[in-house]
Amino acid sequence: MFNKKNKNIDSAASATGGENAIANKEIEGLSQGQIVRRRFVRHRAAMIALFSLLGIALFVFSASGIHLGSEKHPISVPGWWHYSITDLPELAVTGCPDGAVGCPTLDLLPSFIDGTGMQIGDHPFGQDDIGRDYFALVMRGAQQSIMVMVIIGLVGGMLGTIVGAISGFFRGWVDAVLMRFTDFIITIPFIMVGAVIGFKYGNLGVVVLALMLGLFSWTGLSRLVRGEFLTLRTREFVDAARVAGASNARIVFKHILPNAVGVIIVSVTLLMSGAILTESALSYLGFGVVAPDVSLGLLISQYQDSFTTRPWLFWWPGLFIIAIALSVNFIGDGLRDAFDPRQKRRITKKEREQARVAKREAKADA
Amino acid sequence: MLIVLFGSTFIIYNLGANMGDPLEALRISQDPNAKQQILNLTRELHLDVPSPIRYFYWLRGVLGVFTGHFDLGQTRDGLNVISQLGDAIPTSIRLVAVSTLLAIILGISIGIVTALRQYSRFDYAVTFYAFLCFSLPVFWFAVLLKQYLAIGFNNFLSDPQVSAPWVLGLSLISGVFWSAIIGGSRKRVWIIFGSAFAVTAAIIVLMGLTNWFTNPGLGIFLVSIFAGGAAVGVTQLSTGISNRKTLYSALSVAVFGAIAYFPLQWVFEQKHHLVNFILVALVFAAVGVGASFFFNKIDRGQAVRTSLITAVLVLLLLVVDKLMQTWNGYMSTDAVNYRPVPTVGQANDLLETGNFWNSTLDLLMHIALPTIALAIISFAVYVRYARGSLLEVLNQDYIRTARAKGLTERTVIMRHAFRNTMIPLTTIMVTDIVGIIGGAVITESIFGWIGMGSLFRGSLVALDLNMLMGISLVTAFMAMVANLIADLLYSALDPRIRAGK
Repeated sequence: MFNKKNKNIDSAASATGGENAIANKEIEGLSQGQIVRRRFVRHRAAMIALFSLLGIALFVFSASGIHLGSEKHPISVPGWWHYSITDLPELAVTGCPDGAVGCPTLDLLPSFIDGTGMQIGDHPFGQDDIGRDYFALVMRGAQQSIMVMVIIGLVGGMLGTIVGAISGFFRGWVDAVLMRFTDFIITIPFIMVGAVIGFKYGNLGVVVLALMLGLFSWTGLSRLVRGEFLTLRTREFVDAARVAGASNARIVFKHILPNAVGVIIVSVTLLMSGAILTESALSYLGFGVVAPDVSLGLLISQYQDSFTTRPWLFWWPGLFIIAIALSVNFIGDGLRDAFDPRQKRRITKKEREQARVAKREAKADA
Repeated sequence: MLIVLFGSTFIIYNLGANMGDPLEALRISQDPNAKQQILNLTRELHLDVPSPIRYFYWLRGVLGVFTGHFDLGQTRDGLNVISQLGDAIPTSIRLVAVSTLLAIILGISIGIVTALRQYSRFDYAVTFYAFLCFSLPVFWFAVLLKQYLAIGFNNFLSDPQVSAPWVLGLSLISGVFWSAIIGGSRKRVWIIFGSAFAVTAAIIVLMGLTNWFTNPGLGIFLVSIFAGGAAVGVTQLSTGISNRKTLYSALSVAVFGAIAYFPLQWVFEQKHHLVNFILVALVFAAVGVGASFFFNKIDRGQAVRTSLITAVLVLLLLVVDKLMQTWNGYMSTDAVNYRPVPTVGQANDLLETGNFWNSTLDLLMHIALPTIALAIISFAVYVRYARGSLLEVLNQDYIRTARAKGLTERTVIMRHAFRNTMIPLTTIMVTDIVGIIGGAVITESIFGWIGMGSLFRGSLVALDLNMLMGISLVTAFMAMVANLIADLLYSALDPRIRAGK
């Protein structure tokens, strides 16, 4: 796969077409990292997604604070929101349309549109059946989702890279054993593993759940990394390093890994966006996070029947899942484009015109 | 292969065995017999043996497949696991097959269009939509489907008048869609937008005025027009409209479909529906082949292919028309009572079983919502893969060669690029079908289907190890078979792989 890419670069570089000249001029004298960073920053959707993900994470974590640790030894940092998920304020029974209870007080429309002024109110997302503040619940759930995403991404990414690197670099019986083991796990649908794990570890909190899920989510990545290592280790620069007397560790970390990092990062982001959906699906089925703790999937499963009477209980957790997963997906897309040397930036008409003018001027000078 | 199967079932067995304590309910029970029951259950399930060894008790039953005593044990309720699976597998396959087929056909065609219109507004819109689908939790989306598509549509049918904002909105969407797909200069885009807008609005208004929603049907007139359109379209895609002989053979199939319209109405009402249908299909195929042999003296292969595809489409049109005619009768049955889109279940038990077409329609209506929920997500996957794959192929040297030879753009895309695009896609298709069976757990539980997914969920809740293992065995086995098929297909489709070995 990698060879093919290179051939394309070569042919693109040797071609004297005007478009390639423009594209090549831009990356003159830049290191690989700089090129990738530039391309990523230029990817508008990915940048928007990156900022919205950071914004959501900051908002969510600061709102509900950070609560980790066991029940006996809690590690808690309080957030700025005045309710926590265990508070039981009085359920607001008046002022809602159609006789519903605990409706949201959030009003984003100014008074000249709907008659009431813009306000956040006491319970912006409303209240649940027993009066708990829904904003606090959703914030907590989103926080859990982000934690699951990061932990699964880290654990799965690390394990996948290690397994793939070892089997791709050493080949032989190590490769055979590791890949057979990967096959074992890959034939089990992930939701099955997740359900079995969630069923056993769901009540231990989201961190343990995510760690255990991470232990089973490295398979796809390890195959990719193995393939990448298999092709990279036959390349000339690796041979050169070996002739120069470099150790295995040096070859792996200095020469091969930096070249494989694109594949790794891209599939880790995809793994992460999948992880959010898996966690919420498991919680929805009752195999993930269990009450009294909350998760976005659990909230949806609890309130899906109240959709007709109190739709906000259903909309908010779903919107947060989508917002987080969508941002991660777009970031992954941006990274893929940035790391893929075949992806050329679209040359606009204006640039083509400029290049033509420059060429003509150069000719005139000569 | 068998080693993989052994390994994965071993892992699942140990995971499942350590999931919880199957005796927990008995341990806390006040029943004086509890102790005795615990002993019985322990002996029955071999709970005194550690799980890695206990696995081999289970394996002995599975290996019985070679000696003719295949045994997957019994569920906790004393039912036979094999018979339970036998009931569930067809249900799951029915659900998954329809949605996957739909997703593949739509996904690949839209994906190819986006690749051809790379970086257009349409491309960006579809990309965004695909990412949205990737990020959509299926259980959340399913609730929305139930609310708006089922309940909303049922309410609409009680008074089927399309209001003006809806007409406007739908026409706008159609206009934007078609102008984005066809593209061209700015003037052309506006013309296409305008005509698509007007045509859609006219159709919707007409449908409302003629009570089409409560009493739909195509009639011989529309069937003939659509059949002709299908013939022209298929010919255009396969050989190009300028190949008159192929066009004539495809058109003759369409004409035959129109002629057969009234006789078929009678055939459809006869008993032995399946046999009749196969006979009709054979007649259509024979007409297609005959026509291509009659019109074409050389290069008959592509004419036969074109006519056969046209025949399938025309037959599909006729069946759809027949189902539409059944619609009103189906709605007015007591079991349906004018609310035709159900939110749960596999079939309506109250419906009388004598009428083949009513039952078919009933099955279709029940499969509709879960299929949409499943298809919408795999649709996004296919769009992305088809786009990426085609873009990669279009960059290859042989495409440039084909263009340089002066081949038409249609030949380049359909002959040279499309076929090679399908190579990586086949692998995804095969593994996807298996993946969905595992992933339909959520969809099945939301829509109240009793398939593999809900059996799996039930087995987890009841800590039913035998059932769990039965399901895992089936899915792991299917995953392996799928991998094998994918490998074989890959080497069959791609000569480079065979040559490489």
